Amino acid sequence: MTGAQAARTLRSEWTKIRSVSSTGWTLSVAAVVTIGIGMLISALTRNEYDSMPIQERLALDPTFVSFAGMTLGQLAMIVFGVLVVTSEYSTGMIRVSLAAVPRRGTFLFGKTAVAGALALVVGMVTSFATFFLGQAMLGPYRAGLGDPGVLRAVVGGGLYLTLIAVFSMGVATMLRSPLLSLGILMPFFFLISNILAAVESTTKVARFLPDQAGSRIMQAMPRADDVPYGPWGGLGIMTLWVIAALAGGYALLRHRDAQ
Amino acid sequence: MIEAVGLTKRYGDKTAVYNLSFQVRPGSVTGFLGPNGSGKSTTMRMILGLDNPTSGQVTIGGHPYRRLPNAPRQVGALLDAKAVHGGRSARNHLLSLAQLSGIPARRVDEVLGVVGLQDVAKKRSKGFSLGMGQRLGIAAALLGDPQVLLFDEPVNGLDPEGILWVRNLMKALAAEGRTVFVSSHLMSEMALTADHLIVIGRGQLLADMSVTDFISANSADFARVRTPDTEPQLREKLGAALTGAGGHVLPEQDGALRVTGLPLPRISDLAHEAGVRLWELSPHQASLEEAYMRMTQGAVDYRSTSDQKAGLQQPLPPGAEPPVPVPGQGQPGWYAPPPPQQGGQPFAMPAGGPGAPAGPYGGAPAGAYGAPGAPAGPGAPAVNPYAQPAPQAPAAPPAPATAPAATPDASSPAADTNQPEDAR
Repeated sequence: MTGAQAARTLRSEWTKIRSVSSTGWTLSVAAVVTIGIGMLISALTRNEYDSMPIQERLALDPTFVSFAGMTLGQLAMIVFGVLVVTSEYSTGMIRVSLAAVPRRGTFLFGKTAVAGALALVVGMVTSFATFFLGQAMLGPYRAGLGDPGVLRAVVGGGLYLTLIAVFSMGVATMLRSPLLSLGILMPFFFLISNILAAVESTTKVARFLPDQAGSRIMQAMPRADDVPYGPWGGLGIMTLWVIAALAGGYALLRHRDAQ
Repeated sequence: MIEAVGLTKRYGDKTAVYNLSFQVRPGSVTGFLGPNGSGKSTTMRMILGLDNPTSGQVTIGGHPYRRLPNAPRQVGALLDAKAVHGGRSARNHLLSLAQLSGIPARRVDEVLGVVGLQDVAKKRSKGFSLGMGQRLGIAAALLGDPQVLLFDEPVNGLDPEGILWVRNLMKALAAEGRTVFVSSHLMSEMALTADHLIVIGRGQLLADMSVTDFISANSADFARVRTPDTEPQLREKLGAALTGAGGHVLPEQDGALRVTGLPLPRISDLAHEAGVRLWELSPHQASLEEAYMRMTQGAVDYRSTSDQKAGLQQPLPPGAEPPVPVPGQGQPGWYAPPPPQQGGQPFAMPAGGPGAPAGPYGGAPAGAYGAPGAPAGPGAPAVNPYAQPAPQAPAAPPAPATAPAATPDASSPAADTNQPEDAR
């Protein structure tokens, strides 16, 4: 892969991604849902604060409260990542693309890099916006960006959304079908992962799932539990999942017929 | 130059392409023919490195496609007109492809003009017709000004004007010394466009020869003989006489006889001896379509059966007669007669028999439209040559030039049908 070819691929993928309306829709839904639910939960928390038990008041992590919309907002990020990849297959465009970029590693790199960078920008904006607006809703119980762990949590929120999108792209590259990809990823991240984390017998395993591990970074205040990794460690585990998904996608893309 | 050596592709236990070896040379249009499902598209995809051959290999200029440096500048391809993201505008689609190979954006506007899509460049391709999609695909193939071009069924869905345009484009590209490889399942189209033919059936090579050779190897001359419609017994009589003299006689759909194995003067003599008047005695050459169908008939994957309409059949009303089956049709090994060559029926003959008066627009070929004012020069009727089975074509006065002369020059059907278009 030469540098020039990589640069061309990036430019081309940028043209592709900005010229379809699904990009705008999925990313803005991700932002609006994350911010909206974050604000709503923050406002509710403020109203309920006085009636909360003392332990809960002490353990209240205002930063994490404002990120309450991430669980739903990440679903739109998954749709974004899946559509970026599978639209190539569902339209047949993949044959045109791969005829133009015979080196499939370059193709996958260009697509992931452009979509990942876009997800990073949107993710960071969303994360900061949901933090500030959520804190505004929390009123007197708010945290400041300068408080310990808060900046890390807010930046981590942006990274989390990005990694979710890239993970979805890796999975979608393996599965190729939009329905199959969404049908697996959406219930997994919305339901299965949370159920596994809540059930006592599987909770220790569920900790290592990408979203459970990655979301640790959004907690500004340390928690008294037995999770064997810290915030960055959790994000590292999530990154390993992303690398595995992309590697799987590349391995299949490389040897598979393009269709 | 494209070179395939022992190319084989299996999907599971289905062999799509088997041991295919051929060369596609620069400077000419090479037609790639085969029935549906014969492996044309699979072969095209393997040429472009999209599908991996099970065995064998295919190279372009000596390199496998995936190892070609800056492949899009060397090879352009139209594989599937619908392989476009419908939500993206035509211009952005081409722009993304141009940027991949470092082609400047103004080239995008150039090719949009070349294919005639400049007015819809900003429109989403979702609303494009199949013909517009084909044009967009052709634009993508031309983008890098490549030396090697592949087109998979480029004329599907195009209107006559578009078909003519594609045909001339292919020829022009080949005349510039490029390698042009065009697949089609239409022999008649290829006869007009291609210089060289590669025919496959069930994934195997059936023929690899020039169009001229293909024609002389596969087409047999025959004579069409027509006796007066009013006296069917003359037809029987002549048929018997011709068969007796060693000719081979086949009835045609319109009541004429197709005679092979006897020269025209001999047929005339035999008719004279038998006392049979003739309305028509004309030399013909079996069409390429027919030769192609004969060649691929054993290799057709999808063959229709006759529709019995079980349970749907209405009882015939009393007195009505069931439709008479057309002789020959539905029988294996029988081919429809070649489409009348330009000018329609060689000799103006009122459809309703001699007594029937021809209405002003009615079936009579020499009706109002065939009036002297029509700009039909001899040999170059103003009708569109694509309307090939053209009984409605104004039958020009029986000038010798309109008779489909079976000249020994085998490329003549291609050449003379083409004449009027090139002149435009």
